[in-house]
Amino acid sequence: MALLEVKNLKTYFFTKEGIVKAVDGNSFSLEEGEILGIVGESGAGKSITGFSILNLIDEPGKIVDGEILFNGIDLTKLNAKEFEKIRGDEIAMVFQDPETSLNPVITIGTQLMETLLYHNTLLSNKEAYSKSVKMLKQVGLPSAEKRMQSYPHELSGGMKQRVVIAIALLNNPKLLIADEPTTALDVTIQAQILYLMKKLSSDFGSSLIFITHDIAVVSQLCDKIAVMYAGKIVEYGSRDEIIFDPKHPYTKGLIACLPKLEDSDQKRLYQIPGIMPSLLHLPTGCYFKDRCELADEECNVYPKKQLLGERILFCHKV
Amino acid sequence: MIKFILNRLFHSALVMLAISFIAFYIMFKAGDPVQLLLPPDATQHEVIEMRHTLGLDKSFFVQYKSFLIQLSQGNLGNSFIYGEPAFDIVLERLPATLELAVLAMAISILLGIPLGIIASINPKAMSSKVIMFFSLGGISMPVFWIGMLLVLVFSVLFNILPSSGRGEVYLFTSAFTWDGIKHLIMPVLTLSLFQLALIIRLTKSGMSEVLTEDYIKFAMAKGMPQRVTIYHHALKNTLIPLITVIGIQFGQLIAFTIVTETIFAWPGTGKLIIDSIQNLDRPVVIAYLLVIAVIFVVINFLVDIIYTLIDPRVSLT
Amino acid sequence: MKIRNRFLTEFFEDKSATVGFILFILFLIIAIAPSLFAYQNPYDLTQIYLHDSFQPPNHSFILGTDEQGRDIYSAILYGLSTSLYVGIASTIFSVAIGFSAGLISGYYGGWIDTIIMRIADIQLSFPAILIALIIMALWGGGINKIIIAITIVSWVYYARTARGIMLLEKEKEYVQSAKALGMHNFNIIFTEIMPNATAAIIVIATVRIAYAIVLEATLSFLGVGVPITEPSLGTLISNGYQVLFSGYWWSSLFPGITLMVLIISINLIGDRMRDMMNPRLER
Repeated sequence: MALLEVKNLKTYFFTKEGIVKAVDGNSFSLEEGEILGIVGESGAGKSITGFSILNLIDEPGKIVDGEILFNGIDLTKLNAKEFEKIRGDEIAMVFQDPETSLNPVITIGTQLMETLLYHNTLLSNKEAYSKSVKMLKQVGLPSAEKRMQSYPHELSGGMKQRVVIAIALLNNPKLLIADEPTTALDVTIQAQILYLMKKLSSDFGSSLIFITHDIAVVSQLCDKIAVMYAGKIVEYGSRDEIIFDPKHPYTKGLIACLPKLEDSDQKRLYQIPGIMPSLLHLPTGCYFKDRCELADEECNVYPKKQLLGERILFCHKV
Repeated sequence: MIKFILNRLFHSALVMLAISFIAFYIMFKAGDPVQLLLPPDATQHEVIEMRHTLGLDKSFFVQYKSFLIQLSQGNLGNSFIYGEPAFDIVLERLPATLELAVLAMAISILLGIPLGIIASINPKAMSSKVIMFFSLGGISMPVFWIGMLLVLVFSVLFNILPSSGRGEVYLFTSAFTWDGIKHLIMPVLTLSLFQLALIIRLTKSGMSEVLTEDYIKFAMAKGMPQRVTIYHHALKNTLIPLITVIGIQFGQLIAFTIVTETIFAWPGTGKLIIDSIQNLDRPVVIAYLLVIAVIFVVINFLVDIIYTLIDPRVSLT
Repeated sequence: MKIRNRFLTEFFEDKSATVGFILFILFLIIAIAPSLFAYQNPYDLTQIYLHDSFQPPNHSFILGTDEQGRDIYSAILYGLSTSLYVGIASTIFSVAIGFSAGLISGYYGGWIDTIIMRIADIQLSFPAILIALIIMALWGGGINKIIIAITIVSWVYYARTARGIMLLEKEKEYVQSAKALGMHNFNIIFTEIMPNATAAIIVIATVRIAYAIVLEATLSFLGVGVPITEPSLGTLISNGYQVLFSGYWWSSLFPGITLMVLIISINLIGDRMRDMMNPRLER
């Protein structure tokens, strides 16, 4: 049985301007120890997917359909109290902007220790303290013990993100969801954090869902990749398949955008023409058709699901 | 730290000097109470003599100079009306005013913050709407109107509370005697209603904003129970700016005591200042202003210190 | 144009704000021409009769009469006029002075800034009522004087806000480009930067009209506000208060309720405008 099975997840936002279908009928799964990458442009619905799993959707959003099976339990059926137990314990999340993830007026130490103490009522303060220090060392935070008394504003962005990762891993979660964890950081720090996450998830045996817009990152990190466009998954398969043999025009476009060392004669970087449609004004048929070279009248109907081996694809033209 | 204190003291002394100058000038221009003190049939000679005795016939700068000299000796002069040291008169009335102000502030904080929190957790609930409706009314009613309404209902209509004066005083306060409490209820309610409404609104809007912050979401994402998220994570962030406002509001509160004491004939400094202004009793007016200024300076100072202590992002420098 | 339309539609989505707005417009209309709505001009001595005095609400005088036989209903309408006049006039003046002072102070910095802010600091360290009280008590009553007094105590709030916004905007690129284009400082302040501060100032001004009205009412209640010949709602309440203990409750209650409803309506409008300016909160 898979650790996480998402079936036909639909998360809609009921705004004044209309219904925004941020996540529209997506399915994917994750085994223990696997790393899944969810890739897509801003606004494609990737972060919402992550938040949906932990039921952290704000008004006016709602999960309207689908199942989220975590170890067989359907998370969509749980109440708030039950979620409080799961969050931070079995499923943990790392947010995008480390500057705003930590409470500015509470010490790092307290923010770490409370995560332990609320999920493990038998733990003493002393034990919580030493576990927290140990974790800070494991995420590579210099002067870990001193940092327990520090406040967030005393740390740099990269250090803050390490703290956030530490908090997420404290209770040894089975699943870690990372929502663009390196986007807000310097490029040099990015590499360090990515390496850290990969190492820790394997050390701790956690599965990882890595949400990003950067396909280069998922190509290094992930075992499976799901490509999202305008709220729907358009291609989903193993890393090797997606990166080295992309089928969907959008996926191909994403990969073509990456600068490659061999292309010394290519003067201009490739760009996918056009922009992603607003989720309020989605076209009929395939959402990508207005930007796709292969599009024709067939694409005025939304593509059905295709199975190519282990891969799932939504395209008429392939 | 010492530098900070000295800097503050210097700044405050400057402010008080400026205030004393402006107030002195205004009162000087307004005239003197000699006409009020003497019987209407007093002769011109008696008027001139009294003016001379009180030193009111000298020029502005001479009078101000002697005022400053006296001030440096810790003497604020004698009241023209009562003949006694102005400073003592003000000090004598101060406990009554402070009693009202402190009680009113306490009520508004102890009730206001919890009610504001409740209204912010679930803004669409009926209880929240009732609280906010009440607070809207509270800040829309002028202090004198509230006092009047209370008098109308409890003194005129039902005759269960006295409408004027202060009750029995024990250990500086009238809160320990039943008679005292009866006299205290309406003035304190009058004074505190506006503050209460304000604190409810500020707490609610502060909490509402804080609850949309990412770190609250992150606290939820790590499974913090709702009460911890609200009362620990959110509240601390809301209270910090609130402290500053409360400090400033204390000044407003003292100002409102002027109106409250007038309505309820409460023997505090508020009533004193109104009477003194109307009687042109300059030394008392200046003494009052300086005492109030000192109170404000102390409060602002305390607020700043407390703020640096509770907000880890701020230091004294 | 589009922005204004969107602003209006959004504003009126909130029911209480709409109610407040309608009430306020009603009050404004009455205030502009009270004689159209009143039975009598209570300050025209030829229209009142002493034998009408102290009547409780009845068919001829729906809100009763005061100690001189004046119709309370009419008195309230005229009082409303005075209260609104003083409140709005003083707000307009304080905005004009405070806004300009704040913008100039923030833009030029240096000694202008220091002086203006020092004055503001000293003023703010004292409650407004106290300052206004002293001014009015010693200067004598009168509508123009009280407008000036309220202006004196209120300009600081606008100055502070305008200066704060100016300090932020000053560093932005559009200001640098305007300077590079050789625009005169005065021009820059009032054509480029000012519009950005206007929204905030309007919101503050709306709420502070209420505060100005209450301040005037309080001063009039204490006897140092508008003259008896042109009473405001505060004066009416004060008059009524004096006979309250004899059981004549209507002469102070009705003006008081009117004042309260007026303030509530302004606060409803101000609240809605403030919520609309805050992008974080759910609309």
